[in-house]
Amino acid sequence: FGIMAGKVKWVTDIEKSVLINNFEKRGWIQVAENEDWNFYWMSVQTIRNVFSVETGYRLSDDQIVNHFPNHYELTRKDLMVKNIKRYRKELEKEGSPLAEKDENGKYIYLDFVPVTFMLPADYNLFVEEFRKNPSSTWIMKPCGKAQGKGIFLINKLSQIKKWSRDSKTSSFVSQSSKEAYVISLYINNPLLIGGKKFDLRLYVLVSTYRPLRCYMYKLGFCRFCTVKYTPSTSELDNMFVHLTNVAIQKHGDDYNHIHGGKWTVSNLRLYLESTRGKEVTNKLFDEIHWIIVQSLKAVAPVMNNDKHCFECYGYDIIIDDKLKPWLIEVNASPSLTSSTANDRILKYNLINDTLNIAVPNGEIPDCKWNKSPPKEVLGNYEVLYDEEMAQSDGPERDPRGRAGQSAGAKGSRARDLGKPVLTTWK
Amino acid sequence: VSLHKPEIKLESLKEDIKDFLKTSGWEKKLQNAVYSELNVFPLPCHPAAPPEHIKEPLAYMRKAQGSWEKRILKSLNSMCTELSIPLAQKRPVSEQKELLNKWNEMGTDEPDLSLFRPVYAPKDFLEVLMNLRNPNYENGEQPSFRNHLGLIQVPLKVKDISELKEDFSELGLNIGQLGIDDSAQVPPEFFENEHVRVGQKVLAEEDSAAAQQYVRQGCPTALRAELWALILNISNQPEDILYYEQLKSNVIQHDLLVDSLIYKDVKLTASNDDYYFVFEDYLYQVLLCFSRDTSVLEHFTYSSATPPKSYIQGKLGMEEYAVFYPPNGVIPFHGFSMYVAPLCFLYHEPSKLYQIFREMYVRFFFRLHSISSHPSGIVSLCLLFETLLQTHLPQLFYHLREIGAQPLRISFKWMVRAFSGYLATDQLLLLWDRILGYNSLEILAVLAAAVFAFRAVNLMEVTSLAAAEAVLADLSTLKVMPLLQIFLFATVT
Repeated sequence: FGIMAGKVKWVTDIEKSVLINNFEKRGWIQVAENEDWNFYWMSVQTIRNVFSVETGYRLSDDQIVNHFPNHYELTRKDLMVKNIKRYRKELEKEGSPLAEKDENGKYIYLDFVPVTFMLPADYNLFVEEFRKNPSSTWIMKPCGKAQGKGIFLINKLSQIKKWSRDSKTSSFVSQSSKEAYVISLYINNPLLIGGKKFDLRLYVLVSTYRPLRCYMYKLGFCRFCTVKYTPSTSELDNMFVHLTNVAIQKHGDDYNHIHGGKWTVSNLRLYLESTRGKEVTNKLFDEIHWIIVQSLKAVAPVMNNDKHCFECYGYDIIIDDKLKPWLIEVNASPSLTSSTANDRILKYNLINDTLNIAVPNGEIPDCKWNKSPPKEVLGNYEVLYDEEMAQSDGPERDPRGRAGQSAGAKGSRARDLGKPVLTTWK
Repeated sequence: VSLHKPEIKLESLKEDIKDFLKTSGWEKKLQNAVYSELNVFPLPCHPAAPPEHIKEPLAYMRKAQGSWEKRILKSLNSMCTELSIPLAQKRPVSEQKELLNKWNEMGTDEPDLSLFRPVYAPKDFLEVLMNLRNPNYENGEQPSFRNHLGLIQVPLKVKDISELKEDFSELGLNIGQLGIDDSAQVPPEFFENEHVRVGQKVLAEEDSAAAQQYVRQGCPTALRAELWALILNISNQPEDILYYEQLKSNVIQHDLLVDSLIYKDVKLTASNDDYYFVFEDYLYQVLLCFSRDTSVLEHFTYSSATPPKSYIQGKLGMEEYAVFYPPNGVIPFHGFSMYVAPLCFLYHEPSKLYQIFREMYVRFFFRLHSISSHPSGIVSLCLLFETLLQTHLPQLFYHLREIGAQPLRISFKWMVRAFSGYLATDQLLLLWDRILGYNSLEILAVLAAAVFAFRAVNLMEVTSLAAAEAVLADLSTLKVMPLLQIFLFATVT
């Protein structure tokens, strides 16, 4: 007893300094997994064990973990698509205006995931779609892997013959979820800046799914490909051109260790406002927020809204040359590895702000709390969507375009001290 | 075309043409062109003044610039001889083809540049400026507070704060500014919305002079590219695009030694910059063409500099065999590419980007690396900076001087680069708005002094040049407009 009482006891199985430094600076105490702990920052493998039917255990009120039990509903590529498709159908069934379609049968507001099929389950459906546009390129991604592993591009049916369900040459065990792939229409008209392709990495913190309460980190970044983008088919095999994962880019010849090929989102905003205008830029960022919130709403009904959980997701988004954002995937365990000094600072601050929201006052948590942190602790997060607030009368509204709805509306290196913006949609 | 009418009367022809010019927009275009010339070329002076007086009236400055140029050229020639690389050579056809294919991604090229070194760096230039003396001015006294304590020891006239307040009156405390009055805490109805509305009107009117006045309060980000183009009178006509393409083909056909210097500079500076690395390829596309652009030679009539001359092999001294080297007469130095980099945030079409840069260079940037008495020349800017600091922060100036940290040693590189690479891009653009608005670089010296004023408390505590450099190493969080406003209008003098 004595001075040790009242201090948060933490465990982690991810040995990253950005995490550990944050725990230590709060005066928290490191313990082992089998001891009494209050806070466990776990890898996705561990969360599976904690909540599994056979080996799992009950968490007590003073214990918090950093994943939702079935986060994979959002973070596995095939399940994410499945949930979004289900969500759209449900809205359509109930006649919601959100599910409105245009004259080509495409959803006006909910078409934000590139056409995707599961393989081998949807192989025939895929072939039908492929034949409509035989010159299109498709990207094959293994469902269960991260960091760009196992991804390849195809533009001919012959390249994926072995995923055909009827294929006799297939040694494929179609039941094994580990071998499952998704195949998505490749966005071959990405927005290029300086002739280079990039994607957006945005961090989104969810403290509860029902009611949905989520925060967006203002300091997201763009990851640029080090090699010039060309849609030419001869470059299909060159993964440096097509994939923006830093894990892959890091091994390219041109990788730079000062900036790491990354741009802040505020730079992106400045560039787009300067070259394309303010309205279309605001619209783009509004749409980005929209698709994030919609993706969370899509999985909210099936998520196990365990009160011991919070989660910080890494959203990957690509913008095409018509300034339309596309949701590529959501990561449950965004990389905490730092590739540059700036990166280290960003991730350190990300964890810091996340902990300030998830573990109020840095004290021993009580998972029964209302999960409504005061504005002052948000740090670089801003409220993205608060379902409770949205449904109550007279929701708080900040003047539009003032603090901005996204990271750093002013395009400056300094922290934007703008007020958090509550966005409310019907 | 509308004049091909049978109703055209000879009596009213003059008035009809005037009306036609108005309605077709040509009157405005002519006005803008004339306004542009007025901004760029010096006022007519005494008819008997020889051309070198128009370049630079003071003889000792001309002499110093001449010596400096000789030094640079010597350095370039010796590099040339050491490495056995010709100053210029025609590319073999295969190499031409390769370069053409790679035109949009020259950044992926990795030529061996280890043997090349920049011809000079800003600090070399500072040494030269420090040694400038007016032979007609004998100052036998030891430096003291009654005269000048700084590094620049030439008696040029520079403005004092009251004159600067007048000149920069639009930056006053009770006048709306972008960079201050558009911050998150200020409702847009207060200033920003109206300012944007006026900006759109100015653009619709296509009036250069009005645009120049307007941008003194800052450009809205969405309007900046067009406003700058209007002020610089760049319209990107088909003939301009054609001219750029012609320059591009010159690059393809001939290889210049300075190309390697450009490559090296981009790789050392912009490629490592958090903001500008994305635009690496555009920088090559602009700078390689710039080196070959002989129209840039025109600016030497009003610059104190003279383009280096090279002679065809074996014909040394024979004027018929003299060529300017490089063709545009400008030898790049370390950091040169940073003049172009910020513009990439505004213009994504290479020929327009090129023209904007070229015009910015022949109006402003050339003054930052040539020795002259012009009020916007680097010598005057240095003196202005030191005088402002010595007058308004004498304790700080004296302290820094005592510990061997002459302030100019730190601020020189900021001013030579017009702060590119030191400020965050959005702040830099707000600063360059005012350079265009006031058609003067003096604001660079004022900002440099304002930065020292801002960090004065920390600077008073340092005891070495290295420590002073450290305090001023990172300017990326600074907001330029509040700094300028406070220094000019809210500092007790």
